[in-house]
Amino acid sequence: MSILVNKDTKVIVQGFTGKEGSFHAEQCLAYGTKIVGGVTPNKGGQTHLGQPVFNTVSEAVKTTGATVSMIFVPPAFVGDAVMEAAEAGIELAVIITEGAPVKDMQMAKAHATKHGMKTLGPNCPGIITADECKIGIMPGMIFKKGNVGLISKSGTLTYEGTNQVVKAGYGISTAVGIGGDPIIGLSYNQLLPMFEADPDTKCIVMIGEIGGDLEIQAAKLIKEQITKPVVAFIAGQTAPKGKTMGHAGAIVSGSAGTAKEKMDALEAVGVKVVVSPAEIGKAVKELLG
Amino acid sequence: MNIHEYQAKQIFAKYGVPTPKGIMVESVEAAVEAAQELGGPVWVVKAQIHAGGRGLGGGVKLAKSLEEVEALSNEILGMTLVTHQTDAAGKLVQKLYIEDGADIQDEFYLSVVLDRKLEMPLIMASTEGGMNIEDVAENTPEKIITIPVDPAIGFQGFHGRELAFGLGITDKAEQKKIISFAQKLFTLYMELDAEMIEINPLVRTGSGDFLALDGKMGFDNSALGRQPEILAMRDLTEEDADEVEAAKYGLSYVALDGEIGCMVNGAGLAMGTMDTINYMGGTPANFLDVGGSANAETVAKGFEIILKNPKVKAIFVNIFGGIVRCDRIANGIIEATKITDINVPVIVRLDGTNAPEASEILKNANIANLIVATDLGDGAAKSVAAAKGNN
Repeated sequence: MSILVNKDTKVIVQGFTGKEGSFHAEQCLAYGTKIVGGVTPNKGGQTHLGQPVFNTVSEAVKTTGATVSMIFVPPAFVGDAVMEAAEAGIELAVIITEGAPVKDMQMAKAHATKHGMKTLGPNCPGIITADECKIGIMPGMIFKKGNVGLISKSGTLTYEGTNQVVKAGYGISTAVGIGGDPIIGLSYNQLLPMFEADPDTKCIVMIGEIGGDLEIQAAKLIKEQITKPVVAFIAGQTAPKGKTMGHAGAIVSGSAGTAKEKMDALEAVGVKVVVSPAEIGKAVKELLG
Repeated sequence: MNIHEYQAKQIFAKYGVPTPKGIMVESVEAAVEAAQELGGPVWVVKAQIHAGGRGLGGGVKLAKSLEEVEALSNEILGMTLVTHQTDAAGKLVQKLYIEDGADIQDEFYLSVVLDRKLEMPLIMASTEGGMNIEDVAENTPEKIITIPVDPAIGFQGFHGRELAFGLGITDKAEQKKIISFAQKLFTLYMELDAEMIEINPLVRTGSGDFLALDGKMGFDNSALGRQPEILAMRDLTEEDADEVEAAKYGLSYVALDGEIGCMVNGAGLAMGTMDTINYMGGTPANFLDVGGSANAETVAKGFEIILKNPKVKAIFVNIFGGIVRCDRIANGIIEATKITDINVPVIVRLDGTNAPEASEILKNANIANLIVATDLGDGAAKSVAAAKGNN
């Protein structure tokens, strides 16, 4: 078991033949992901990385039965690509592209929701179920299989957290990068209940950062619905107010969105909050014994 | 990206949002000429910097004669303005906006921002214009009305009615004016990929007209590619020179007050590294994300920017390679030592893609001042010790 994706998940790639799309699709194939085709307009009928290329997502879905799309199209076309996937019947769109206009994502996410499609990202490393399915850009070799579920706004902190979990003697069930943009798809409050329901996940690591209030909402949900132990780290305790720290969504405005506020809220509902990502492994070990 | 008040007002005018007449100038002579052109009898001399609180800082003043315009322009132009939104060093005033005085009867607040929870634009308004809106939200939250507008349906009549009645505007002609004002503002917010628009104050004049007395606008950086007219309004002198220089090389840099320079891949890990340094008893000198396409040149540039800060006593390079390959970073460090004189200890932690190759490259290079760390905690501890001179 795992959440959202596994060894049987059929995946197509939007922006399949581009430089980024090609490189990462190849890595995913090598990991064992069932990539069954891709979409690049005007290249339909060609074969790329041994898989068929289609002009449209609907054609790709009809022919391959894919349920997940990994999106690598350039930022200006992300909104369009997500809406196309939603109408074609894709169940989950994993949006890797960085720098998509916020307005486009508002429209695209509303449209995805209307069509019952889940989204991850944009500007995220993707999702990986260890040893089964990697949809994204993370270094597959560090994800040893195990019983820790991980949710992170940051790509590199996903790797850092995973590495520590593994070094502490544990492994990952599924790791999900949710992205650091102002508007994102699946977040803590959709993913935490999935990990709660997954029999293979025994502990959840949650990595957040300054800006917005998703972590505060997560604290409320954890109190009501989550029985499994949770370790949390919130990046940006030392970030100055009013400055965007790399991620477009990582900005402290007024007194809202600070790391302290989020850490306090999580600690209050029994989450093991660590002050440095270097302590994640140790904390997981404490909780799992 | 932020723009000046005078630029925001140019945009307002283009969309039919009423503003007082005004002229941007860069010299005292031009200020007097502008005042003559506007006619008077009252003018407002306004410092143009990218920060709020200009009035309280002495950067906005009323002039009742051309002599006063001259005297005030002389005083404000070239002054360094410190407000609650600038840092302690303040901002140099290089531009003035000379504006017609308005017959102010009431002051309101109006803004359009992105509501991240609702994932749509939100119109915020208040009868408490001219005050710091954060204070209003804190002390009298009932005096702020919020109206989310779903972009799929756009600004409808009911949004306008909620606004007008919410602000207690009862005169029908005035209702029509404020609704049209807000509708135009929403249109330009959407069309121009704005991130936020704030008008504080929006005034009602003695004749029952509404005017944007101030105008603050920020734009979605990710959308600037399709907004060339907005991009052309960028004023680089208002931005931190090092941040601008860093951005040219794909580096995301923010200066801080501490002693340990940081070079990290990924924004989250970069913040996590700063936090770890702090936790171990040190102070980070900067945030620096080398991005996904880091190479020898960008790494060398990163060192150069970090070392410009005289407070830096050690540099912690913390890389967890996913897309970024550690061997490229290692070569970058070697390259940097050739171009730049790195006179402080450099603590290096490289993990992930091609880490073993990277460690080999660094070992063979035999660089003085280089300390290898095994993981994040170890690296932060060694950096803190090195900054204190205990390496």
